[in-house]
Amino acid sequence: MSVLSRFRAPLVAAVLGLTVLALGLSALGYDAPAALAALGRGAFGSWYAFTSATLVRAVPLIVIGLGIAISFRAGALNIGAEGQFSAGAMAATAVGLFVGRWSGLVAVPAVLLAGAIGGATWVVVPVILRRRYRVQEVISTLLLNFVADALVSFMVQGPLQESKRIYPQSDPIAIAARLPLFPGTRLHLGFPLAVALAGFVAIVFSRTIWGFRLKAVGAAPRAAEVSGRMDVARTTTQALLWSGAFAGLAGALEVTGVTYALFLNLSPGYGFTAIAVALIARLDPVGILFAGLGFGALEAGAAGMQRDAGVPAVAVSVVQATIIVVALLAVARARLARPEAAA
Amino acid sequence: MSGGVAPLVGFLAAAVRIGTPLLWAAAGEVLAERAGVINLSVEGSMLAGCLGAAIGAYATGNPWMGMAAGFAAGAIVAFGFAVVAIWARTDQIIAGTALTMASVGVTGLIYRQATSGRAAGLSVVTLEPSPLPGLGAIPFVGPVLFVQPVPTYLAGLAVVLIWLVLYRTTLGLKLRAAGEAAEAARAQGVRVRLIQTGAVVVGGALAGIGGATLVLAQVGTFAERMTAGRGFIAIAIVVLGRWHPAGIVLAALAFGAATAVQYVFQAMALDVPYQFFLMLPYLLALAALTGVAGRVRAPSGLGRTVD
Repeated sequence: MSVLSRFRAPLVAAVLGLTVLALGLSALGYDAPAALAALGRGAFGSWYAFTSATLVRAVPLIVIGLGIAISFRAGALNIGAEGQFSAGAMAATAVGLFVGRWSGLVAVPAVLLAGAIGGATWVVVPVILRRRYRVQEVISTLLLNFVADALVSFMVQGPLQESKRIYPQSDPIAIAARLPLFPGTRLHLGFPLAVALAGFVAIVFSRTIWGFRLKAVGAAPRAAEVSGRMDVARTTTQALLWSGAFAGLAGALEVTGVTYALFLNLSPGYGFTAIAVALIARLDPVGILFAGLGFGALEAGAAGMQRDAGVPAVAVSVVQATIIVVALLAVARARLARPEAAA
Repeated sequence: MSGGVAPLVGFLAAAVRIGTPLLWAAAGEVLAERAGVINLSVEGSMLAGCLGAAIGAYATGNPWMGMAAGFAAGAIVAFGFAVVAIWARTDQIIAGTALTMASVGVTGLIYRQATSGRAAGLSVVTLEPSPLPGLGAIPFVGPVLFVQPVPTYLAGLAVVLIWLVLYRTTLGLKLRAAGEAAEAARAQGVRVRLIQTGAVVVGGALAGIGGATLVLAQVGTFAERMTAGRGFIAIAIVVLGRWHPAGIVLAALAFGAATAVQYVFQAMALDVPYQFFLMLPYLLALAALTGVAGRVRAPSGLGRTVD
């Protein structure tokens, strides 16, 4: 695929999404040009806005998006990244509160690992339900999002609540567990880590047997089992666990790089936005990097729009939905045009 | 009535009341799924129904106009889903997720605009229970089932109607055929995608009524994301109810009870954090799916794109 055609669908999607937003805002009586200008300023208005708003928000989207690509490639639709993100954030906070005496070189990896394990753990139940009881992971992962919300609410008013016991939030995590920031910005070490992860996943997808197996299992599970002698259940299980680990890692990065504490509603819907990120990139890791930046800009712009133009940030989910639909249509059209390449 | 059963009657009546919006949404989802379409935008339809009902009832002062607006709003979301999933032939799960996301955004925007400059929000008077003459006086069963707001009775009627249509009409036969074996149905002259579209849109409208019921018979106002996954629970109810109208009634009541139980425990002042009761319906949904999945058979063509 040429570079141009590779970027055409996402660009069309972005333009359409913003157009729909502008039309909707006008129809509802908002000042659409002012809103879009505020959106642009919020995302790209200054170096500080770009690094500290856009890139900071791109980190969780990229990391979760990579995980979603892993599970979707294997044909397992994990749409519970939101809950896995929360589980990772809880685990990271719990560990981060107790590593005060450790060196940062040990504390940070320990906290990030805790997050990844937390996220993967949150997928264990859907995995068991899928393997033993054939419960669709779509529904089980989705339902567990709401359980995670309630659990976070319990944690910040219970075991992990701040020692002053006033607000529903945890104490700040140990300084040693916090990610270093780039000078003059709020951008943390999670960003280069996300870029490296994208490169790593790209290599896994294109150069390893496991990457090939994911694709084979996702494209034609029966064929993979019969002719390829692949253990389909095992592969989808691994894919689901890894996708949960990525979402959990994203939660840990948010706690160690941005908030330094556990709050209610830590994620403004990153788990769902990341689905759009992964789909518009056609599950391609490098594409996810760029799509993550684009959606990070959108999230950053949404905050700017709410602040400067009084348009609720939730409006941006209209743009995201439009982009998902356009991505779906692009895939469907490609499939209809070339039926033999249904994979 | 003796004092001994009063708490139980109160609990069961609450279960029926809380289960009603779920039953509406599940009834709609049964139609879609029997036609072979898994519709995750049912959550979006419910949410749109909530907002439609709040605005409709607030603007006219008439709760029934709110119901009608909720019905229409739910249908609109479902129509969007049908266009993307059925006619453009995309993945139903993702398309449903996208339409739900869009509903969250659009309802949020409209709500802010509708309430701008008004501190009070969209408070509406909720529907009081209307005891059915005669039936409401039956001991025990009466106060549980027949002293309810009107939408609860209508939900019961709707389920009977759906049962009649599905199993006693040619249309129902065609609908089930579309869900079981789309190719064969088409060979017999059934317009599969048209029927699927009809089932999805009517189903979305019913989910819209579910949202409207939530506002008009329980909450009395709109709040962003107020459905909180009730549409997804409705999907679990459909599985638990084995894709059968009678089954979903029982399943919806079970979920109503799982939610109502938190009020009982709160009244008993047990030392259990309330968040665990918030989890209960979702955990019950998971447990229920575990119990029935594998042993019941979904419509064969469920979730499959029809070319």
